[in-house]
Amino acid sequence: MKLRLENLQKSFGTNHVLRGLSLDVAEGECICLIGSSGSGKSTVLRTINLLEPLDDGAIYLDGVDIAEPGLDPQPIRQRIGIVFQSFNLFPHMTAAGNVRLAPRRLGRASGAALNEQVGALFETFGLSQHMDHYPDQLSGGQQQRVAVIRALAMRPEIMLFDEVTSALDPELVGEVLDVMHRLRSERMTMIVATHEMAFAAEAADRVAMLDQGRIVEIGKAREVLTNPREQRTRDFLRLDRTA
Amino acid sequence: MTRRQKYEADLRRRAGIKAGLSTAAVLLAIAILVPMAPGWPAVKKSFFNAEIFLKTFPGLLEAFVLDVAIFLWSVPLIAALGLGLALMRDAQSPGLMPLRLAAIGFIDVFRGVPVILVIFLIGFGIPGLGLPRPYNSPYIWGTVALVLTYSAYVAEIFRSGIESVHTSQRSAATSLGLSHGDVMRYVVLPQAIRRVVPANMNMLIALQKDVALLSFIGPVEILRQAGVYKSLMANFTPYVGAALIFLAVTIPATRFADYLLNRQRRARS
Amino acid sequence: MTMQKISMALAALVLSSGSAFAADHCAAGKTISDGVLTIATGNPAYYPWVMDDAPESGAGFEAAVAYAVAGAMGFAKEDVVWARAGFDESIQPGAKNFDFNMQQFSITEAREAVIDFSDPYYSASMAVLVRQSTVDAGATATLASLKGLKWGAVASTTALPVVTEIIVPSASPLLYDDNTNVVEAMKAGQIDAALFDLPTALYLSAVVLDDGALLGQFPADSTESPDQFGMLMEDGSALRACVNEALGEITSNGTLAAIEAEWLQETTGVPVIK
Repeated sequence: MKLRLENLQKSFGTNHVLRGLSLDVAEGECICLIGSSGSGKSTVLRTINLLEPLDDGAIYLDGVDIAEPGLDPQPIRQRIGIVFQSFNLFPHMTAAGNVRLAPRRLGRASGAALNEQVGALFETFGLSQHMDHYPDQLSGGQQQRVAVIRALAMRPEIMLFDEVTSALDPELVGEVLDVMHRLRSERMTMIVATHEMAFAAEAADRVAMLDQGRIVEIGKAREVLTNPREQRTRDFLRLDRTA
Repeated sequence: MTRRQKYEADLRRRAGIKAGLSTAAVLLAIAILVPMAPGWPAVKKSFFNAEIFLKTFPGLLEAFVLDVAIFLWSVPLIAALGLGLALMRDAQSPGLMPLRLAAIGFIDVFRGVPVILVIFLIGFGIPGLGLPRPYNSPYIWGTVALVLTYSAYVAEIFRSGIESVHTSQRSAATSLGLSHGDVMRYVVLPQAIRRVVPANMNMLIALQKDVALLSFIGPVEILRQAGVYKSLMANFTPYVGAALIFLAVTIPATRFADYLLNRQRRARS
Repeated sequence: MTMQKISMALAALVLSSGSAFAADHCAAGKTISDGVLTIATGNPAYYPWVMDDAPESGAGFEAAVAYAVAGAMGFAKEDVVWARAGFDESIQPGAKNFDFNMQQFSITEAREAVIDFSDPYYSASMAVLVRQSTVDAGATATLASLKGLKWGAVASTTALPVVTEIIVPSASPLLYDDNTNVVEAMKAGQIDAALFDLPTALYLSAVVLDDGALLGQFPADSTESPDQFGMLMEDGSALRACVNEALGEITSNGTLAAIEAEWLQETTGVPVIK
C-alpha cells in the first residue's frame, strides 16, 4: 500500500471536519474524492501534505507514519505534490521561476541542469512559449498547468489535486484535465478532490464519497457514480446534476 | 472625432477654463487682500525679506546637506531593523516566544513615545553613561533614536504587508517542501515589501522632516541654522527659506508616493 | 455715532475709576492694562536673574531691577503683574502681552529693527563654562587653548557669534535650545566648553554641573559690541521713554549698582582670556 489514512480526526474550533476518515491508496492508483463543499475533501488533502496538523489518526506513506508528531515535515512534503484551487503561482516570479524555486532551494538541481529539466517539463506540457511569462500574463488554465509542472519538478511520489478546475472559466477546464489524464496514463498515484464527474468516471480507479468528514461510500468509479449504494451519494449526485 | 467625443472634449475644455479662472480668482484675492491687512508691512519685513533670504539661503542649503546625510544613513538601518522586527513579531515557533515578545514590546514603546523624547533620552542619556569620544557623538545617538522610532513604525507596515499576502501563497510554497525561512524570503517578503512601498514612502517623507529634530541635541542642520540666522537678524525669513528647501524635497516625494499608490490600486482592481 | 459716544463714555469711566496713580505720570494710559505694569520673564526664569523661578519675590537681579524700575515709574509693588514669554514670541512683530520683557535679551541692531529695547541695564561679560576634567586635561584661558575645544552654545544667544568669530574653534560648534541642554551635552561628554553670560555661567558651574568650572571670561568691552541686556518692548512702544527715564533715575541714584552688587557679586575673580 502506497498511502494509508487511518482514522483521521480534525476540528477547526467547534467545527468537526474529519471524523475518523480512513482510506487506502495503492501505488499508481487514482482516487477521486467527491462530496459537497464542507464534506472534508480539501482538509484530507491538506493533512496528507502536512499543511494541517491532525488531531488524531495516522498517515502511512510506504508504511511510515508521516503524521507522527515531531517529524520534520519538509522532506515528506517534497515527496507529495499538491495543486490548489487558486492563488497557486507566486505572482512575482515568471512561470519558469515558479518551477525552479523549490528544486534550486532544496538542492535537487541547479544551473544548466535545472534549466534543462524545467525546459523539458514545459515542453512536455506544451507551455514552452510561456516560460518567461508572469502569472498575470497567463490564463487561469495555463496558470494551473504551470502549478502542476511546479509540483512535478520535485518528482513527487503522490500528486494531490484540490478542486483545481473549480475557479476556472468552463472553456479552460479541459486543458487542465488533459494534464491530469496524462499523469494518470503515466501511472502517477493521485488523489483528486473534484466536482468533475466526467473526469472521475473516466480517470479514477476508485471514487470515494465524503460526507461530514467520513467516507460514506467507496468503490469502482462506474459503480459509485452510476449505481451508488448509499442514499447520501444518490442525493449528492442528483443534486450535482440539477445544479 | 465622433459627435460624442467632440461633446466630451468640449466639456473637458470648459471644465479646464472654469478651474483655471476660479484658481486665478482665489490667488488674485489673496495677493490683493493680504497686503491690505494692517500688519502686512511688518509681516512682510519679518517673514518675506528678500535681502535676508538671499543672504541666508546658501548657508541653509549647506546645512541641509547634513539633513540629507543623516537621512541617507538612517534609511537602510530603519529598513533592516524594521524588517527584522516584523519577522520577529511574525515568529511562529513557541521557542521564539521571547523574541516575539521583545519585538512587540519594542514596537509598543517606540511607537508610543514622541520622537523628540527618544532623541533626548538616547542622544544625551547613552553618551552620559561615559562613552568616550567619538562614540558619544550626538550624530550617532541621534541617528540611533531616529532609527529605533522609525523602525517601530516601519515594522508595523512590513507586518501588514506580510499579513496581506494570501495564506494560499504560504501553503503553496510550504507544500513544495520549502523551509519556513525560504517561504518567507522567496515567496512572502518579495510580495509584502512591494505592497508596502507607498506606505513606506510616506514614512520616508516624515523621516526627512524629523531629521531636523536632531538639532535639539546639538547638530547644526537646516532648522537650527535657520534659528541661528533668525536670532542674529531678528527675522523669520530664514525659516521661510528652510521651509522652501524642505518642500522642494517633500512635494516631489509625496507626488511619487501617490503615483505608486495609484498604480498599485489600478493593478489590483 | 451713538455707539461711539457710549464707548467713549465707558472708556472715560474706566479711566477715572481704575487708575491708581496720578494721570500726569509718564506711564499713564501707555501700559497694556491700565494702572498695572505687566513684566515678562522667561519660562522658567533662572538664578541669579530670578530666584526660585518666582519673580514676584523681587529676589534675583532682574526681578529686583524690575521692581526698582516699576517703582521709579510710579507703580506700587502690587501693581506689577508677571507674565511668561518665550524668546520666539518675544521677538515676533506685533502686539505683545507684556509692557516689557526681561530675560537677558542682548541688544543688537538687527533685533532693534523689529522690536524696541530700553537702555541697557546690565553689561555682561561672556564666560567659558567647562568641566573640571577639561581643566585637568590642560585647557587654559588662552584663545589658542580654546580653539582646540569642542564648543557648544545656546543657538539664540549672542554667545554664538563670540564662539564663531572670536574663538573660531577648529571643530564646528554644537548648538542647543537652552542652558539645560548645553549642560546635558557637557555631562554626556559631547562638548568640552560652552559660552554664557557670566552670571549664568556662574550659576551653572555652581549649581547645575557637579564638576563645573569657569575657565575664563571675555570682558564686556573686549568685543566691538559688548553684550548688553535691555528690556524688550513692542516696536514703537509708547512706554519706552518712560522706562528709560526710570532706568536713568535708578542708575544715577546708585540703586542699580546696589542691586548688581547684591545679586551678581560673584562675577569678579574669573580670569580674563588672553
